[in-house]
Amino acid sequence: MSPTDFDVEYVAELARIRLTPDEIETFRSQLGQVLEHVARLNEVDVSQVEPMAHSFPVYNVFREDEPRASLDRELALSNAPRQAQGLFIVTKVVE
Amino acid sequence: MEITSLTVHEIQDLLRSRQVSPMEVVEALGHRIETVDPVIHGYLSHDLDRAVLEVQNADVRLPLGGVPISIKDVINVKGHPCGCASKILQGYIAPYDATVVAKLRAAGAIPFGRVNMDEFAMGSSTENSAFGPSRNPWDLTRTPGGSSGGSAAVVAADEAYAALGSDTGGSIRQPAALCGCVGLKPTYGRVSRFGLVAFASSLDQIGPLTKDVRDAAILMNVIAGPDPCDSTSVNEPVPDFAADLEKGVKGLKVGLPKEYFVKGLDPQVETTVRAAIVHLESLGAEVIEISLPHTEHALSTYYIIAPAEASANLARFDGVRYGFRAKEVNGLLDHYGKTRGEGFGAEVKRRIILGTYVLSSGYYDAYYLRAQKVRTLIRQDFATAFEKVDTIVCPTSPTPAFKLGERTGDPLSMYLADIFTLAANMAGICGISIPCGFVEEEGKQLPVGLQILGKEFNECKVLQVAYAYEQSTVWHQAKPQIG
Repeated sequence: MSPTDFDVEYVAELARIRLTPDEIETFRSQLGQVLEHVARLNEVDVSQVEPMAHSFPVYNVFREDEPRASLDRELALSNAPRQAQGLFIVTKVVE
Repeated sequence: MEITSLTVHEIQDLLRSRQVSPMEVVEALGHRIETVDPVIHGYLSHDLDRAVLEVQNADVRLPLGGVPISIKDVINVKGHPCGCASKILQGYIAPYDATVVAKLRAAGAIPFGRVNMDEFAMGSSTENSAFGPSRNPWDLTRTPGGSSGGSAAVVAADEAYAALGSDTGGSIRQPAALCGCVGLKPTYGRVSRFGLVAFASSLDQIGPLTKDVRDAAILMNVIAGPDPCDSTSVNEPVPDFAADLEKGVKGLKVGLPKEYFVKGLDPQVETTVRAAIVHLESLGAEVIEISLPHTEHALSTYYIIAPAEASANLARFDGVRYGFRAKEVNGLLDHYGKTRGEGFGAEVKRRIILGTYVLSSGYYDAYYLRAQKVRTLIRQDFATAFEKVDTIVCPTSPTPAFKLGERTGDPLSMYLADIFTLAANMAGICGISIPCGFVEEEGKQLPVGLQILGKEFNECKVLQVAYAYEQSTVWHQAKPQIG
């Protein structure tokens, strides 16, 4: 756990966020400090500890497989920045 | 007497005895907002005409009949905007009701307005709102706390009867403390998250911000309960949360965690909270010193787990199905990068990047997995403590309300604002913040919050202690002079 190899530009790319050069600089130093702080977790002995993802055990919840209404198509499309003929318009994926 | 200064249960009494009409309740709220919101900026928007229409069908016999409840901008109310105080969701109109909103409606309440917050509930001051911060009614140069800072500010400024907020690391309790109102974070799973825009799904809970403890219990009676639409809502019997309010604290064991009275705690806040604990003792509670040994690691654990979950949850904002979409893009990657780069504010971007990093290949075990293990230890700390005590009392926030702009350049110092609240979210337990006095800063009286934590599904005990304290003190009656 060392913040020195933290490449903010690369991680932002993984997260699909385009940063400005200013943001890259600022975030590198700010998040560097945060990573330095969280590195203190290395002091904790966790060798005998189970990880937990949830406060309580989570089980599948089943219901009868009966058809029921879902969100109306028009309503589902109503917030789309671009839509036509009942479909979302996406940016071209293939060349 | 101003109607807007009353609590929900006082309004209900007046409505049921026909001393005021539901229309007067809504109109008084509209006037109050017009008077104080230009300086508080608690609301992002509100639609008085719609509320006037809805109140015409009010049935005052229902549990919340005819009472407008203000809604944090992260909870979906069908037909209302739901923007999470973010540019990326500007113009978004909720296509359905969150379960809590459906429950409010069924109880006769009127879901009202869109209350300001930190963008996507990430922050402790509302300064991360894309639409400007809210101001603390006790001192307009200070923040109301966050992320439910708008909810706390409008309740404290009497421009709401009560509000719903959400709490992922203290976002209900911390602003309630800084604004001098009551804020309850229910046990994880007690209240449905369906229709709450997700920040960190294993930590988020919706809860009430109110003018007194009884109102918090009344709202809990309406919003709690399992929900088929939220598989993490827990199938536990829902009690009458108001049932035990008047039982007092005689014989109850109250734990004082020594790790919460350390360096970084404002001396005036410490004095105030210690006086509150002495008061609880005088009411008959037995105060026992306890230890929560992993407290010092709660902040680090939280700032790995919450951003990790956020980075996954906020992947949905892709500029396709809803929200902002960048113009003039060159291919799909450019579309995503620009949409998210331009649409999200700085803190949201920071947290998504941090979360992506701690989950990324090669770092997962070192950060995320380790944090999940420390989370287990934090949870065990509380489980051990609750074998000895009924509730735990401590400060809600290490400082009173801080100045606008004071911490915005230094994320780590902002994160420290939640140092006393976030462990409860990681353990999944419940907690409340209630007013316990004032400290003076630069000639202004600033509220201090007392945090009372309870075992999972033990909200009744927390409310019982809170009510006993509140009803034997005057702090909850104090009103800010706005302006």
